[in-house]
Amino acid sequence: MILDLHNKLISGEITSVKLTEEYFSAIEKKDSEIGAYLILLKNSALQQAKKADEKIKKGESINILEGIPCAIKDNICVAGERATAGSKILDNYTAPYDATVIKKIKEAGAVILGKTNMDEFAMGASTENSGYQRTKNPVDCARVPGGSSGGSAAAVAGDMAAWGLGSDTGGSVRQPASFCGVVGLKPTYGRISRYGLIAMASSFDQIGPITKTVEDAAIVLSAISGEDRMDSTSAKSGNKNYEDYLSGGIGEIRRMRVGIPKEYLEGLDEKILEKFNAAAEKFKKLGAEISKISLPHTQYALATYYIIMPSEASSNLARFDGIKYGIRINDGYESQSELNLNDNPNNNPNNLPRNLFETYLDTRQYGFGGEVKKRIMLGTYALSAGYYDAYYKKAQKVRALIKNDFEEAFKKVDLIFTPTAPEAAFEFGEKADDPLKMYLSDIYTVTANLAGVPAISFPIGEIGGIGEIRGLPIGGQLMGKWFDEENMLRAAHVFETT
Amino acid sequence: MLSKDEVKHIAALARVGISDKETEKYQKDISAVLDYFEKLKEVGTEAVKPIGHITGRENSTREDKAEDFENKKDVVKLFPESKDNYCKVKSVL
Repeated sequence: MILDLHNKLISGEITSVKLTEEYFSAIEKKDSEIGAYLILLKNSALQQAKKADEKIKKGESINILEGIPCAIKDNICVAGERATAGSKILDNYTAPYDATVIKKIKEAGAVILGKTNMDEFAMGASTENSGYQRTKNPVDCARVPGGSSGGSAAAVAGDMAAWGLGSDTGGSVRQPASFCGVVGLKPTYGRISRYGLIAMASSFDQIGPITKTVEDAAIVLSAISGEDRMDSTSAKSGNKNYEDYLSGGIGEIRRMRVGIPKEYLEGLDEKILEKFNAAAEKFKKLGAEISKISLPHTQYALATYYIIMPSEASSNLARFDGIKYGIRINDGYESQSELNLNDNPNNNPNNLPRNLFETYLDTRQYGFGGEVKKRIMLGTYALSAGYYDAYYKKAQKVRALIKNDFEEAFKKVDLIFTPTAPEAAFEFGEKADDPLKMYLSDIYTVTANLAGVPAISFPIGEIGGIGEIRGLPIGGQLMGKWFDEENMLRAAHVFETT
Repeated sequence: MLSKDEVKHIAALARVGISDKETEKYQKDISAVLDYFEKLKEVGTEAVKPIGHITGRENSTREDKAEDFENKKDVVKLFPESKDNYCKVKSVL
């Protein structure tokens, strides 16, 4: 899609201004129902579009992303614009700088349409945990778009952006992509700089593209990846042109060994299993060598993830304390009544904080939503004296075993193929009251974050469609070796285009 | 199951105020997740070294040189309370 738009821009068939206006009118028409965007950046978007058009008019060469409109998850900082990460505690926060990925796409000339809705601080699998609004799945408005990057996925799936950026800590790019029928890529840990991404769990977080096609994911990846001195965990490994990521065509897949971990199919919903098996069959027909493999510690992945992630989050979210930025509850924050908090702090009989400690307590009690507070407390508990060894350290050890599973598997295969999620998009409220049930949505995606490997979700079919009525999309997930996005993207690209 | 006092203690450590109603809810929810973590006890990890950095990246160093952040003005604007361009902190005692 991006390449097609790029060619149309160069040939003069469309202009960037026209394209941008078309996206804004699509947003105007649909987004009051879908709720993908938190804010729109009309002025700066149209300004950038004009700039791109002028360059084209002058016959200057343009970058592949130049003049093409995109949607950015609200936990990625765009200088001078609001960034809430879906939380009331950042209701009044304006980012004073650009995230590295934003700097890169601005330099590439991309048009930023707006910031998209998400689960508060990326904690959730349905975008229902947003402090602001609900986002509906464009495929079926009675259902969630997945999460936490539900806004970006809904914007791309609903034709309200050509491509989007999300962030993936345990599946937050791939699972919503699967639910909305689009492509979601989580690169190798370190491939993309996290500078300017509001941190949730720093050893898992990666920014990733949400796109219509695998080719588009490769295009965006090559534009935003690379080492960054502002993120000391960003990797030195060189970046590639998207053509290099995809080159080789169908011939490439003939030498690929694809492993299917048996643990991922145990107890899987039959309708999803059927689609998954058909997709595996297609890989086989395309010439890949398919084999069953084992990742023996899979059953411990979710518990491991849900210890390490809240631990890191409890530490990262300590910065939201009402002192340096964000809202301060009670004194000093004038517009708290406009905040529309779930619980009105003025109803609290002890609502006059007199010292620092009480300001912390109140700001964080009323600024954070329930899930965020729960994870902060879980993490605090797991890291507290007397429990550290039993929880955090133990989890880091099991994480080493999970990584080792992948190292062993990748001695035998080039890629690992699994379903992206154990289900299709579910209905609003279906899991809201059962935290463990919601956590199970991440069961196939967390392992890539635990092991740090790259993974991509792409559509492999739909279930439950009747005649004209579209079914619910199902995603397949390919995982690759560390820093080997190439084989993964090539295989997914061939799958998608043949 | 965690006791109410334990939940209140954790909340205080985490600097999160919680109401009595919330204390009960967190008591239940956090305990449910902690029970789920018990599963990890099955895994033998005596000889396993915990993960440090997942892609094996070694220390990343740079020259210890101060740099100027360009946009100080907008950072100051974000302070909930400020005085003479400084962030004003609540009294500690």
